[in-house]
Formats: sequence, C-alpha cells, structure tokens
Amino acid sequence: MRRVVITGQGTINALGRNVADTLEAMREGRCAITDLEFQDVERLSIRIGAQIKDYEAEAWFNRQQISLYDRFTQFTLLAAREAIGQSGLSFSGDLAARAGVVLGTSGGGMNTLDENYRSVYEDGKNRVHPFVVPKLMNNAAASHVSMEWNLKGPSFTVATACASSNHAMGQAMLMIRSGMADVMITGGSEAMLCFGGIKAWEGLRVMSKDACRPFSANRNGMVQGEGAAVFVFEEYERARARGAEILAEVVGFAMTSDAADIVMPSKQGASRAISGAMQDARLNPEDICYINAHGTGTAANDKTECAAVADAFGHHADDLMISSTKSMHGHLIGGTGAVELLACIMALRDGVIAPTIGYEEPDPECALDVVPNVARSAKVDAVLSNAFAFGGLNAVLALRAA
Amino acid sequence: MSDSIKDRVIAIIAEQAVLEPGDVHPEQTLDDLGIDSLGVVESIFAIEEAFDVSVPFNANDPASGDFDISSVAAIIAAVEGLVADQRTACA
Repeated sequence: MRRVVITGQGTINALGRNVADTLEAMREGRCAITDLEFQDVERLSIRIGAQIKDYEAEAWFNRQQISLYDRFTQFTLLAAREAIGQSGLSFSGDLAARAGVVLGTSGGGMNTLDENYRSVYEDGKNRVHPFVVPKLMNNAAASHVSMEWNLKGPSFTVATACASSNHAMGQAMLMIRSGMADVMITGGSEAMLCFGGIKAWEGLRVMSKDACRPFSANRNGMVQGEGAAVFVFEEYERARARGAEILAEVVGFAMTSDAADIVMPSKQGASRAISGAMQDARLNPEDICYINAHGTGTAANDKTECAAVADAFGHHADDLMISSTKSMHGHLIGGTGAVELLACIMALRDGVIAPTIGYEEPDPECALDVVPNVARSAKVDAVLSNAFAFGGLNAVLALRAA
Repeated sequence: MSDSIKDRVIAIIAEQAVLEPGDVHPEQTLDDLGIDSLGVVESIFAIEEAFDVSVPFNANDPASGDFDISSVAAIIAAVEGLVADQRTACA
C-alpha cells in the first residue's frame, strides 16, 4: 500500500502568522482570545474571539487580487505559500497533473456575504461588485491555490462544519494512498468573525462570553477563531527519493456518521471514528500517546468526547494525554482540524504536548489527562486528531512520527 | 396582565410541544412535554421576540443565569420578572 507523508506545513491564525510563531505560542500556552473588532460588534452579546489582529490584506496582495480573495482565501494562500515553500516542490508537467488540492471550510466567503448583504439590505444599494459570487464561493480558496501553484489534479472543497478540515485531509490522504494523486495540498480555512457570522452562532446559546475552558467543570461554551493551516501530503517513496524532509506520516483515517441529532454529539459515533482510525493505521490503542481533542469547551462536546475516548481506549484512556488547543486559537470551525494538526506534528517531531489552557476545575465527566495549562515534554510515536461536527459527522486522523 | 403573560408563554411552549395550550400545565417540565435542547433554545427565542426581552440563558449550563426553566410555572414566573424589570427600566 502506498504510504502518505507530510513534507510541508503553513499557517496563519490568531496565535501566529506562521508555523514557528504558532508552535511557540502553543508551547507557552498563550491565549489569543481577545475582544472582537469589526463593524456592528456592539450589537452582539458575544464579543470575544481569536481574531487575527493588525492584519492588512494590502501587505500581501494587490488590489486586483483583493477584489477576488475573501479573507478565508487570503488566509489559505498565505498558509499554502509557507507549506509549499517548505516542501521545496514546484509543479509542472506530469507532477502538476498528479497533484491536487482538497480544502475544508464551513462558511467560505462569510465576510463577503456579510458586507454585500449589508450593502443591499441595510444601505439600500441596488448594485454589488461583479465578483461577489467568485469571491464568496466555498471552493474559491481551493481554486486559487490550484491556479497559483499549477495544480491540475483532483481538487475540491469539503464542507462538514467543524470536521471540514479533517474530512478534507482524509480525502487527500486516501487519494494518494489509492494512486489517484502523488501530491495533495490540503487543510482548511475559516473567516467567520464578522457581524453576521457571530450573530448566527449567538442564537444557539452555546458560545461563551468570557473564555474557552475545555474539560474544565466551569466551562461555559465555545469561542470562535479564524485563520488557516495548509499541508503538503506526498507519496512516501517519492518524498524519500527526492530527499524531502518528512515531518510526519499520515497513517490512518476514519469517518462515521451518528445518524442521530443535528447538534448533539454521540459517544458511539465518535468512538467508532476513533477506533476506525486506529484500525486503518494498524495501530493498537496502547500505541497512541496523544490525542488532539475536538474539545470545544461546550458542556455537551467535552463530556461526550471523554466518554468516547474511554470507550475506544479502555484502560489505556487513563495513560494517554488529550488536550484541546482551541483554548488558545479558538474554534476555527471548518479550519480547526488543520490548525490542530500542527499541534499533533509538534508532539511527534519536538516531543512537546500543547496544553489545554484556561483549565480551572476538574470535571468528573472529563476525568482524563487533559494536559492542563502547561505544555509537557513527552516522547510520542503516534497521535490522533479528533473532529466531530454538527450534523453528527465525525472524522479522525492518525499520524506517526517520521 | 399577569394572566396574559401566562397564556402567551403557554402558547409558545404548546407550539414547541405540538400540543393544544389546554394540555400544557404549570407543574409540567419541558422534558415532560417532550421539548429537547433545540426546542428549549427555540422557545426562548420565541419568548424574546414576543415580549421584547433578553433572556439570560446559556445552553452549556441551563441552571446558571437567572432564568429558571425547571417547569412551565418557573418559566412563566421568570418571564414575568423580565417583563417587570423592563417596565422599571423604561420608567
């Protein structure tokens, strides 16, 4: 069977403008959640988020590009530039035809939607910019990556709410494994921090007004973030032959559907995805040292996720570490699994386990080692990354050290 | 006026429960009426719209905040409190 390795990684998120800065922030347990700044924020009851502050699109893109790139596309392109740069790959001829891009996003061009709805509904304008549709469409980011780097193979966008990035990276891995492609650019992006984006979430009453405290007994909801992370997935023999630096191996993937409830998570569905990823990777539960949790900080997710881990791992659940980095970078919704994969790769490469910050009180329903507040050193050979979406769609990835 | 708040709250809850208002009684809980977590959030939204109030409710911890949803009677009392506060605030 063809093996799949990671030969490049890139990001921009509220913790850092690149991978090095992001990992440093995770090691130090820094919190990027602050007061939100955008038009009409005073009309919201939720006013915090992990927003990328002092970001100037003009510093990175020209006027014509900005007229076509929504914020989520800009984040994607910046992350992809770092990842592809690290991989050392350039795409032409046969390789271009055998390379594609699969990205996750939930809201796509949410800022573009919000700005143009405001323009026609609130300001009463009868004309919008001609590029509204190509700017807001969910596949805009994937398409611009394909154009920028000449990727001519299988390319599309996956939208499964909070599991979008994990589903996308799972597809990328399966395509290389099956022989459909040799290199895949994958990951995800989200830019939902605008009036309409937060207003919609407020309605569900699951957002915290003060902090994201995953697994802590006094947790009171999720906090949104924004940004992107992008990876270069490459067929192992090819990467080895060209002497590429291998960051980690993607060894397993599983996806399941709860088929139960549109918002409430299910222990069984999550547990089946976790076990499925280990089986796909031919790993035993005892091989897994660290799990990057979905860990949203809602009452329902965290207790269900801990029960699912206990179910899938049995007694080994007490020996492994599980942390939620959402406490630092917020919940990037469709981009979250991608940013969280950075923490998984850091665990495998650097032996540093990112903490769950904001942890204040033990919860008997979350009685696992959640690496509270302070990063930890540990030698780690295999890890999992969980993502469980609204709609009951679960996607879990398994990675091994290179 | 108090009766009318009671009737309007019961009508909102009855609609969520797909029952006639006459079949919703003050001592019942939302659970008794078959209203799930999404139904609770929708009921609160309907109450906010009907009475032009802001209901302090976080689905992560329904017991926190000052809005008691432990029974139909408790919800009616909580809404009466919010409406009274609103009048005071405007006076």
